[in-house]
Amino acid sequence: MIPFTYARAADAEDALRRGAVAGARYLGGGTNLVDLLREAIERPGTLVDVTGLPGTIEETADGGLLIGAAARNTAVAEHRAVRTRYPVLARAIVAGASAQVRNMATVGGNILQRTRCPYFYDPGGSRCNKRSPGQGCDATDGFNRSHAILGGSPSCVATHPSDMCVALAALGAVVHLRSSGAERTVPLTELHRLPGDHPEIETVLEPGELITAVELPGLPLAARSTYRKVRDRASYAFALVSVAAALEVDGGTVRDVRLALGGVATKPWRAWQAEEDLRGGPATEESFRAAAEAELAAARPLRDNGFKAEMAKRTITAVLGELAGGGA
Amino acid sequence: MSISVNGSTEKLPEDPRVSLLDYLREHLQLHGTKKGCDQGACGACTVLVDGERILSCLALAVQYEGRSVTTIEGLASDGAPHPLQEAFIEHDGFQCGYCTPGQICSAVGLAAEVRRGVPSHVTADLSAEEIPLSHDELRERMSGNLCRCGAYNGIVAAISQTYANQEAR
Repeated sequence: MIPFTYARAADAEDALRRGAVAGARYLGGGTNLVDLLREAIERPGTLVDVTGLPGTIEETADGGLLIGAAARNTAVAEHRAVRTRYPVLARAIVAGASAQVRNMATVGGNILQRTRCPYFYDPGGSRCNKRSPGQGCDATDGFNRSHAILGGSPSCVATHPSDMCVALAALGAVVHLRSSGAERTVPLTELHRLPGDHPEIETVLEPGELITAVELPGLPLAARSTYRKVRDRASYAFALVSVAAALEVDGGTVRDVRLALGGVATKPWRAWQAEEDLRGGPATEESFRAAAEAELAAARPLRDNGFKAEMAKRTITAVLGELAGGGA
Repeated sequence: MSISVNGSTEKLPEDPRVSLLDYLREHLQLHGTKKGCDQGACGACTVLVDGERILSCLALAVQYEGRSVTTIEGLASDGAPHPLQEAFIEHDGFQCGYCTPGQICSAVGLAAEVRRGVPSHVTADLSAEEIPLSHDELRERMSGNLCRCGAYNGIVAAISQTYANQEAR
């Protein structure tokens, strides 16, 4: 690791002051950043430890929850209100990483974790536009079985690896941000940027801006929600495809639905098209499949990941069927 | 800047780059905690911090100022092995033994999580107050600890005997 200075932030003000220094990075549980420091992919001059900032989970006025950014992933998954009112979020979190990693990782850090694209992780031997802007991408023509079929560009096809974020995207979560003198909120679905020509710019965060909390809206529909992850191993592996969904059916008609995909896109992927097609339509396997087809129409498979489109369609259809009670 | 390790107060390193794993092994000469992958994939470096299992290879030691760390060396009491250590011997829960300290620390942390009602990927009912430590629950919850010898059957049996109060197979 290259040398850096370390400081533990006492509160948000302190963190912002220290984080304003050029080359500063906020440090959460370290499960991703420490690894990237060791690989010299991240080279911060200063680490500002924000794990001492609020990590509480509180009720909001509109029946939602406000989760402090320093909350550990385990703390969110075990919280009774999350388990009963937002099961998709608890299920997504426990589908990710291992218990040890979930005990360390914070909510803020989970959102800002970097891709696990093997070419990004190989500074000695591979070209990567995300790591070294303008260098080129060895994934596009390389072994790209794990890469994105949605949201990619000629510059980058790396997936966003988070499970938690897929659930947050489906739930319409809002991220609370703070910078010196200003606070703002951004929907999680608008926090991550598509790679375009600048895959090194991954979010809409300004330099030094800090995630302070994630807000889940009051969403009665979410009580009937789930997360399904398809991966190469039964546990402790990143998603090939994952689906976060909430569904409300009344008399055989879809009253409301929330749907997001993981493992297939360059950012947590809210399936807006499928949701629009499903609302007001019949809650049948045929219509679930048709909506999945519509969502994946934009898929651009690479050499090795063509299977993901069909896998995503089948997983969407199965999960919606399960939530509708058909157990498809 | 100090940290408690197995009950004794120790001085933390000046260099913030030192991982908790290297601090334990190279600075305190506590060689029980093992370095496997050094990138959070194998679980060999698992230790307990305030009773919670974490990966010491991905932890900067300075982040744990004021916290209480327990390593495999700290699990025995008055010279007697921890019941889980006894169970690992009884059930042949190892072959080469390299992953064993991580497996045991991980399982101690697992037991506390189950008692607290933390759900896992295979928990069917998320609203359940109590989650029985079934064979599937145990295997899922231990998936962050790899054993290249493949001593999993013995590992599962030892943990199951100790914490699920039943013989697993």
